[in-house]
Amino acid sequence: MKRLDAKTSERIAFALLGLAALLTVAPILLIVGVIAAKGGPAVSGEFIFAAPREGMRAGGVWPALVGTLYLTLGTALVAVPLGLAAAVYLSEYAKDNLFTRSIRIAIVNLAGIPSVVYGLFGLALFVLFMRLGSSIAAACLTLSIMTLPVIISTAEEALRAVPQSFRLVSIGVGGTRWQTIRRVVLPQALPGILTGVILGLERAAGETAPILFTGASFFLPALPKSVFDQTMALPYHLFVISTQVPGMPVKIQYGTALVLLVFVLSMNVAATFIRSHYRRRRQW
Amino acid sequence: MARSRKPSELVIEALVKASGWSAVVFVLLIFLFLLREGLPTFAEVKLGSLFGLRWYPIEGHFGLVPLVWGSIIVTLGAALIAVPLGVAAALFIAEVAPRWLRELLKPLVEVLAGLPSVVLGFLGVVALAPLVRTSLGVPTGLTTLTGSILLALMALPTIVSVAEDALDAVPKSFRVGSLALGATRWQTIWRTTLPAARSGVLTATMLGIGRAIGETMAVMMVTGNAPQLLLAPRALWSPSRSMTATIAAEMGEVAKGSTHYHVLFTVGLALFLISFGVNIAASSMLFKSRGGGGRMLS
Repeated sequence: MKRLDAKTSERIAFALLGLAALLTVAPILLIVGVIAAKGGPAVSGEFIFAAPREGMRAGGVWPALVGTLYLTLGTALVAVPLGLAAAVYLSEYAKDNLFTRSIRIAIVNLAGIPSVVYGLFGLALFVLFMRLGSSIAAACLTLSIMTLPVIISTAEEALRAVPQSFRLVSIGVGGTRWQTIRRVVLPQALPGILTGVILGLERAAGETAPILFTGASFFLPALPKSVFDQTMALPYHLFVISTQVPGMPVKIQYGTALVLLVFVLSMNVAATFIRSHYRRRRQW
Repeated sequence: MARSRKPSELVIEALVKASGWSAVVFVLLIFLFLLREGLPTFAEVKLGSLFGLRWYPIEGHFGLVPLVWGSIIVTLGAALIAVPLGVAAALFIAEVAPRWLRELLKPLVEVLAGLPSVVLGFLGVVALAPLVRTSLGVPTGLTTLTGSILLALMALPTIVSVAEDALDAVPKSFRVGSLALGATRWQTIWRTTLPAARSGVLTATMLGIGRAIGETMAVMMVTGNAPQLLLAPRALWSPSRSMTATIAAEMGEVAKGSTHYHVLFTVGLALFLISFGVNIAASSMLFKSRGGGGRMLS
């Protein structure tokens, strides 16, 4: 067999690589396209603002949508201050020693723990041991710990990107270390931090496994009244109506998937926008 | 370097430091609570029967082999699809694509990373499973292969973005040197850039596979939930049941404190240890290769 000349083999190789890239992104477009096309007709004002009826085979998604909103906000309330403080510690205070490395190893491992294991942990610690019961509070705490590594690592990266000279100038004019962080470093890193926070919460909003045993309810037509109530949630609702309810109209399934997709992807788009917008305006 | 601090600053700094430690505390807490609920298993079930070939909790059969096997097969299938595809896509994005195409492809891959697994699972049930059933001519489309395809989609963004970072980190002088010697761009990529980035690419592969082993909802929805032991090729087009799916499907219905409950926590403990091992290995490789694991999480 004759050896291909270098130019031809390059052309073939690049075509194959291009095909791989196409095969990677085509499913995304297909998934979003199919859900938008089939779910679009199902979504209306009534679909969004009404509770499910007739064993979930009619009506809308309102309690699930509000539940997911509550869970996302509750997660933000815990995970954002904690994650941000941890990032400040790692970027501004921690020395490069064994302790700091063990924190980094812990963060990498938190990021890798399967979501269903977070569910087990939440059940054991928050639901049973702390006696919160299956509730919004337990679910939010579980989701917070899952979200934490994403927030810490992206926020730390944003803080580290602030040039050292900014800190030196602030210290030079008499600022204390905390004043420097609070007035100089944090504001400069804010867009990057915001991007990380949104991406972390996006993951929390779309997760099902961690809330399965910690606070998600199969069906609950009324909205929860306190953080100690269970709640419906969009991802769990989609799981329920696509596997647990026989004779479910496909239209409602696709409509629910579309609402969830819009909820999650709008966070994704916001994060991408903030990042590119501020990267362009940044002067350092 | 700081001036004299006010007491309020000391309080703030103590809080910041405590938060820094929280990650370690949480990992330990997770481990402890999995142990606490999982360890009674070893008093209640004989070690030999945990290695049994039957998972049928109602009759007291707690053999974990079919579940572990289910996880292995579905993950292996996913890796076979996602690793070559992901590395090739990363090569295309990092080395071949013009700038505008790169700026278009990267956010799209990020969108894939952001898709909730339950959405993929739903599409797997309504669209992919019928396709698998008719094209393979099997009685049900809810098979291991269906799960593998979805898992591959979920592992892809991790593989692509970590591998791409590794390729970006290869010094430009390597490429320039190779091109100056008369190599074509492809020869440069294949013989110089990719080998130089191999530890990062390996890390990408491991993290992608780690993600696939831990995936729950999509796998549970499309693999047909039958804990059975079949040999490798046939297992792909038959239903199976992964470790994660078993926990998710059964934990809701077991009595707290029962043997079944404890065994499910043991399965969770095993998953925790697997992900711990994968991540330690992946990050130590990354630390070795370039002294920092900054971008590997996102």
